[in-house]
Amino acid sequence: MTTQEALFKYTLRLGDCSIILAQRLCEWTSKGPFLEEDLALTNIALDIFGRGKSLLEYAARIEGKGRTEDTLAFFRSDRQFTNYLICEQENGDYAKTMIRQAMVDCFDLLLYSELTKSKDETLAGIAAKSVKEITYHKRHSFSWTDRFGNGTEESRTRAQKALNELWRFTGEFFEVEEADEILIKEGVAVDVKSFQNKWETELHALFEKANLTLPETVFMQTGGRKGIHTEHLAYLLAEMQALPRMYPDAKW
Amino acid sequence: MENKDFEAIFENKLAKNEMVEPKDWMPDNYRKHLLRQISQHAHSEIIGMLPEGNWISRAPSLRSKLVLLAKVQDEGGHGLYLYTAAESLGTSRDEMLDALQTGRAKYSSIFNYPTLSWADIGAVGWLVDGAAIMNQVMLQRTSYGPYARAMVRICKEESFHQRQGYEVMTHMAFGTPEQKEMAQDALNRWWFPTLMMFGPPDSESPNSENAIKWRIKRETNDQLRQRFVNQTVEQVQYLGLTIPDKNLKWNESKKGYDFSEPDWAEFKNVIKGNGPCNKERLDARNKAHNEGRWVREAAAAYGKKQMEQYAAA
Repeated sequence: MTTQEALFKYTLRLGDCSIILAQRLCEWTSKGPFLEEDLALTNIALDIFGRGKSLLEYAARIEGKGRTEDTLAFFRSDRQFTNYLICEQENGDYAKTMIRQAMVDCFDLLLYSELTKSKDETLAGIAAKSVKEITYHKRHSFSWTDRFGNGTEESRTRAQKALNELWRFTGEFFEVEEADEILIKEGVAVDVKSFQNKWETELHALFEKANLTLPETVFMQTGGRKGIHTEHLAYLLAEMQALPRMYPDAKW
Repeated sequence: MENKDFEAIFENKLAKNEMVEPKDWMPDNYRKHLLRQISQHAHSEIIGMLPEGNWISRAPSLRSKLVLLAKVQDEGGHGLYLYTAAESLGTSRDEMLDALQTGRAKYSSIFNYPTLSWADIGAVGWLVDGAAIMNQVMLQRTSYGPYARAMVRICKEESFHQRQGYEVMTHMAFGTPEQKEMAQDALNRWWFPTLMMFGPPDSESPNSENAIKWRIKRETNDQLRQRFVNQTVEQVQYLGLTIPDKNLKWNESKKGYDFSEPDWAEFKNVIKGNGPCNKERLDARNKAHNEGRWVREAAAAYGKKQMEQYAAA
C-alpha cells in the first residue's frame, strides 16, 4: 500500500464515520423532545455533516480519479463504506442517541485533538475546526447522560439499556490496520492506542457519576473497516442515496 | 389614572409610530389579536419544519443536505423567538403548544400540503417563504416591540431561504427533462395554495380592519397577493416554467397581472382540518411531544435534585 493509498483510506474512513453518524442524527430534526433540544441536535448534525463533507472532498482529491464528495457519498454500496458500526446504529430513544453520542464524542475529541498535530496540513486544518465543535457536542452528550442516569427511574433504565446495547461497538475505535500504521510512522495519522486509556477513564467516570454500570462480559463487534456492516447500514444508504441513483445524470 | 387615560397614551403611541412594550397598558382586544397572530406564526414555523424535514434524509447532494438542515433549524429558531414574544403577552409556551397539539390553535394552512419531490423543497423555499416575506417585511415595523424585533431577524433569514429555494428550482428547471418535469409539477401544486397564504379576499377578512389600525398589519390581503403575483411572474418566466392559470394576463391599466382567484372552498376545507396532511402534521407533532415526555421529566427531576443538593451544601 502506498502512502497515498493509505491516506485515501484513512481520510475516507473518517469521512464515512461523520456522514453516517450525521445522517442518523438528522432523523431527529423536527422530532426532538422539546424545541431547544431539537435545535441543538440539528446543529450537531450540521457540524458533523460539514466535517464529513470536507473529509470526503479531500479523500476524492487524494484519490485523483475524478470522483467528488458526492460520488463518494451517494454512489458507493454498504460494502464500500468503512465507518465504525456504532455510527450506523439506529437512534432508538433519546437515551440511546445520547449514549451513542457520548461514546463517539469522547473518542472524536481525543482523536481530532491529536490530528491537529498531523503533518498533513489539510487534515490538521479540518481537525482544528472540528475540535471546537466536538468540545461542545461532548458537553451536550455528557450532560444528558448524567441527567438520564440521575433523573428519573425511567430515564436511568433507558440509559442503562442503551449502554448495554452499544458498548459492544466501541472496540472498533481502537483497531489499527495497515493504512494507520503507514501513516502513524509518517506523522500523519493518530495512534489511537495512545489515548485508549484516557478514553476509558473519562467514560468510566461519566458512567459512575451517572449511576450506570458497564456491561461485564462483552464481545466486541468488528467489521466496519472491512465494509462488513450491521444490517442497518444498507437501509440507511437506500434512503440517503435514492435520488442521485434514480437520476444519475442530474445535477442538484 | 383611569382606563381612558391609558387608552389615550396607547393611541398616542400608535399615532407617533412608537412601539408598545410588554409592560405598557394595552387594550384587551389588541393583546388578544397579537397573541393569536404571534402564536399562530410560531406554530407555523414549528409545523413548517415537518414538510421540509421530510426531505433531509434524502437530499441529493451533501451541500443541499447542509443547506436544508440549516434552513429547518432556522425555522425552529424562528418558532423559539416567536413563542418568547408571545409569552411576553402573558401566555406560556406550554399553553400555546397544548392549543396546537389539541387542534385548537391554527397554523398556516400551506403546511398541510405534502412535499412529494425534491422540487417541492425548491418551491416551498421560493414561493412559500417568498409569500411569507411579503407579510413579514411589514411586521418589522409593527406596533408591538417584541414582535417587531423578532421579525427583523426572521426576515433576514427568510430572504436567504427564498434565494436558496429559487436556486434549487433553477437546478431543476435547467436540469434533465425529468428534473424539469418535477419543477413544473411542483409549481402546479404549490401555486394556488401559496396565493391562499395571504388570507381570504378583503371583502371577507374579518380581522383586517383593527389589524391595520393597530399597525399589526399595513397592507390588505388582496394588495399583498397582487404584489406577490406581479413579482413572481418574471421569476417563473426566467425558469421557463408555466404558471397553472389560464387567466393570468398583464393588465396595463392597473400595472399588474390579472389572475384567477384561488379555490376558496378548498382553503376553508383545509382550515377545517380536511387538507391532505392536517392529520399527519398534528400526529407527528403529538408523537414527538409524547415520546419526549420522559426526557423532559428526567431533566426536571435532575434539575430539582441539583437544587436540593445545592441548598443542602
